[in-house]
Amino acid sequence: MTSGGIRIKAWAAAACALFSSAVWANPQPGQLNMTRGVSEWSPEPYFLNNVALGVCVVIGVLVFGAMFIAMFRFRKSRGAVAEKWSHNTMLEVVWTTIPVIILIVLAWMATGGLVSFADTTGSQMTVKVTGYQWKWRYDYVDYQGKAIDKVGFMSKLDEQSNDTRQLRSGLDPHAVKVGDENTYLLNVDKPLVVPVDTKIRFVITAGDVIHSWWVPALGWKIDAIPGIVNAAWTNIKVPGTYRGQCAELCGQDHGFMPIVVKAVSKAEFAQWLAQQEAAGKAPPATPATPASPAPASTAAAPATAQAAPVATTSGKRG
Amino acid sequence: MAHAATHDHHDEHHGAPSNFFTRWFMSTNHKDIGTLYLIFSLTAFFVGGSFAMVIRAELFKPGMQLVQPYFFNEMTTMHALVMIFGAIMPAFVGLGNWMIPLMIGAPDMALPRMNNLSFWILPFAFALMLSTLFMHGGGPAGGWTMYPPLSLQSDSLAYVVFAIHLMGISSIMGAINIIATILNMRAPGMDLLKMPVFVWSWLITAFLLIAVMPVLAGAVTMLLTDKYFGTSFFNAAGGGDPVLYQHVFWFFGHPEVYIMILPAFGIISEVIPTFSRKPIFGYKAMVFAIASIAFLSFIVWAHHMFAVGLPLGAEIFFMYATMLIAVPTGVKVFNWVSTMWGGSLTFETPMLFAIAFVILFTIGGFSGLMLALVPADFQYHDTYFVVAHFHYVLVTGAAFAIMSGTYYWLPKWCGHMYSEFWGKMHFWNSVVWVNVLFFPQHFLGLAGMPRRIPDYNVAFANFNMISSIGGFLFGASQLIFLGVIIHAVFFSKKKAPDRVWEGARGLEWTVPSPAPHHTFALPPVIHDDELAHGHVED
Ligand code: HEM
Ligand SMILES: [Cu+2]
Ligand SMILES: [Cu+2]
Repeated sequence: MTSGGIRIKAWAAAACALFSSAVWANPQPGQLNMTRGVSEWSPEPYFLNNVALGVCVVIGVLVFGAMFIAMFRFRKSRGAVAEKWSHNTMLEVVWTTIPVIILIVLAWMATGGLVSFADTTGSQMTVKVTGYQWKWRYDYVDYQGKAIDKVGFMSKLDEQSNDTRQLRSGLDPHAVKVGDENTYLLNVDKPLVVPVDTKIRFVITAGDVIHSWWVPALGWKIDAIPGIVNAAWTNIKVPGTYRGQCAELCGQDHGFMPIVVKAVSKAEFAQWLAQQEAAGKAPPATPATPASPAPASTAAAPATAQAAPVATTSGKRG
Repeated sequence: MAHAATHDHHDEHHGAPSNFFTRWFMSTNHKDIGTLYLIFSLTAFFVGGSFAMVIRAELFKPGMQLVQPYFFNEMTTMHALVMIFGAIMPAFVGLGNWMIPLMIGAPDMALPRMNNLSFWILPFAFALMLSTLFMHGGGPAGGWTMYPPLSLQSDSLAYVVFAIHLMGISSIMGAINIIATILNMRAPGMDLLKMPVFVWSWLITAFLLIAVMPVLAGAVTMLLTDKYFGTSFFNAAGGGDPVLYQHVFWFFGHPEVYIMILPAFGIISEVIPTFSRKPIFGYKAMVFAIASIAFLSFIVWAHHMFAVGLPLGAEIFFMYATMLIAVPTGVKVFNWVSTMWGGSLTFETPMLFAIAFVILFTIGGFSGLMLALVPADFQYHDTYFVVAHFHYVLVTGAAFAIMSGTYYWLPKWCGHMYSEFWGKMHFWNSVVWVNVLFFPQHFLGLAGMPRRIPDYNVAFANFNMISSIGGFLFGASQLIFLGVIIHAVFFSKKKAPDRVWEGARGLEWTVPSPAPHHTFALPPVIHDDELAHGHVED
C-alpha cells in the first residue's frame, strides 16, 4: 500500500480512539475520549464533553497562536522595538463579551442534560445499591409495579483478580480474562443483572464510609453515603456487560471493588428474577447478609484500616 | 539564599548578625525569613516529590509490585498535604516576604517578630505530620480532603489535625503581616494603584487566607471531636451529616486553590512585562480580575461535590457560578498575551517559565471549564481527568510561576547570576516531561480510570507507563533546579547588576544586588517612570 493509505488508516484509528462508539462501552487500551455509553442519557455527558473540548481547542488555537506569532514577530533579536501602549478598551470589551456568550450557550446545554438526569420519576424498576468496605450490595426492590421479595446479594471482586492483585503475587494481570476481554480488577463474583429498555431507578447508600457508584457506560456516578439515600436512573439500550469501579476513596481496597452490570433482554431478566425469587424462598436461602465469605481485602493490612464504627453486615479481615 | 555573601560586602554598620544561630533562628529580617521560607519550601518540594515517585512507581504497570494499598493511600494523602501546605504556600510567603517590602519601599515587614514565629511554626508542624508515617498504624490515608467517615478510621488523625492547626496559625499570621505591611508601610507616593501586580495579588490572597483558614480549622476540629469526644457532626447514626463536612471543607478548599494561584498571577504579571520591555496591558483590569476571582472563589465550592447528590437548584447555581470564573481568568490570559504583542522580547529562563505558565495554566483552565459542566462532571469527577486538571493548574501553574519568580529575583537575592544554560536545561526538561507526565492522564480519566487507586486494568497500562516515565524524568529535572540555585548562591562568579534585567521596572531594582541586609531605612523618593505602573490611566 502507499504511504497515503497507511496514513489514512492511522487517521481512522486516531479518529476511532477519539470518538469511540457504543462498542467501546468499557475501557479500551489507548482510548482517548469518553465513552458514548449505552443508556438513554449517557450521550449527554459525551456530547457536552465533545462540544466543550471543541470550544477549548478553538480558543486555544487562537490564543496560543497569537502568542506564538508574538514570540516570533516581536523578538528583540529581530530588532523589535517595544511599543508604548498598554490598553485598548475596545479589545477588552470584545474579549470579555465573547467568552460570556460562549459560556451562556454551554450552560444552557448543560442545564438541559442536568434536568433530564434529575428526573427519576416514571421508573419501572428499583434497585437499592449499598456500598461497603469493600464490596457492593444490590437489593431488588420492585419491578414493573410489583415488589420483589428477598432478592439481594453482595458483589465483590472476582477471585482471579483478587489473587493476582496481592502484593508481588507473581501472577500476570494480563492473564485475567473472560473470553477475549481482559477483566483484571473489573470483574465481580456476582454481577448486577438488569433488563434493557427499562427505566431503572437506583437508590444508593452506604453502610460504613462514602463510596461512589460509577459505570461509565451509564453516563454518571453518584456517591453512596452512609445515612443518606441518593437517587439516579438509567435506561440501558444495548444488552451487554458494563464495567465500572468505586469512584470515592473508601480505604485500602478502594481500587478493588468493581461494579459489573449485566444488561439482558426483558424476557431473560424475567426468567432470572424468577429463579432468584425461588431461591430466596427455599429454606437455605441466599443469605441476605452473608456471614462467612471473606471479602476482597488485603492480607497484612495495618490495623488502622478497621471497619467504621457503623456496624456493617460483613466480615472483615485486616 | 542571601547567605554569608551579604556581610562580606555591604552595609557593615547594619549587616546581618554574624552568629549563625542568632541570624537564622532569631531573625526578624524579612529577607532572611524569606530565605528560610524558600529553603523550607524547596525541601518540602523534594519530600513531596519523593512521595510522588513512589506513587508513579507503583502505577508504572498493572499489578501490585512495590507497596501495600494502605501505604499507597498514605503516599497520595501526604503528597498532597506536603505539596500544598509545605511547598506551594510557603514558597509564595517566602517570595512575598522578600519582595513586598522591596517593591513598596518599606524597610521591613510590619510585624517582624510575628514573622519569625510564623515561619518557625512550620518545621514543627511538618515534623509532627510526617512523623505519623513512622507510627504504628501509619499516617493519614483518607486523602488530603479528609472526608469522614473514612478519615475517622485513621489512628493518626489527632496528629494531622494538630499539624493543620499549626499550619493554619502560621498562614494567618503571615497573612496579617502582609496586609499590615502593604496597607501601612508603603513609601510616600506609592499609591495603591501604583503597586506592582504581585503586591496586589498578595494583598488579595492574604484576605482569602484570613477568611478561610479558620474554616479549615473548624472542619478538622469537628473531625477531632467526632472521633474522640463523642460528637456527631458528621455521623449520620448520631443525627449528623457526612456531607456537611464536604461543604465546610470546600468552602475553605476552593478559595485555597486560588490562594495557590493568585500570587502566581502576580509573579507572571511582573515577569512578562520585564522581558517584553513593555508595560503590562490593562493594569487595572488585571487587578480587578484578581479581585473578582477572589470574590467568586467563595461561591463555587460545591463544584467539588457535583456527585454527592445535591438538589438540582444547587447543581445549577454552582455550575453557573463556576463557569463565571472563566471570564476574569480569560481576561488575565488575554492581557498577558497582549503585553507580549508589540513588545521587544527576549527569552531568559524566567520568561520561558512565564510563557509556559500562560499556555499550560490555560490548558488547566480549559479542563476546569469542562469539569464545571455538571452532566460531564458526572463522568469526570474523581477520575484521572481531575488529576490532570489540577496538576496543570498547580504544577505548570503555581509551581512554574514560583520557578519563574525564583530565576527572576535570584540574582537580586544572592548578587550573582545563575547559569543561563542550566536554567534553560531545567526549563526544557521540566516543560517536556511535565506534559509527558500529565497530559496522558486526561485520556486515562476519560477512559474510566478513577483517581486514588493503586492498581488498574490493563486497558490503562500504556498511558500509565508513559505518565510514570514522564514523572521520573520530571522529578530528576528538578535536581537541575537545585543545582542551579546552589551554583548561583555559592559558586557563581558573575556579579549581578542592580537592575538585573534590562526591561525591569520597580523599586526592587533600585537597591544593590545582593540586596543589603537593610533596605529603605529612609523611604525612597518615588519617580513614576521608575515604577512598572507609574502612569496608570486604564
Ligand atoms: C477556570 C478556572 C477553573 C475552573 C472552572 C475549575 C473547576 C474545577 C472543578 C469543577 C473541579 C472539581 C472536579 C471534580 O472533582 O469533579 C476542580 C477541581 C480542582 N481544581 Fe479547579 N478549576 C479552575 C481552576 C483551578 C485553579 C486555578 C486551581 C489551583 C491552582 C485549581 C485546583 C483544583 C484542584 C486542586 C482540584 C481538585 C481537588 C480535589 O478533589 O482534591 N483549579 N476544578
Ligand atoms: Cu471506593
Ligand atoms: Cu474548586
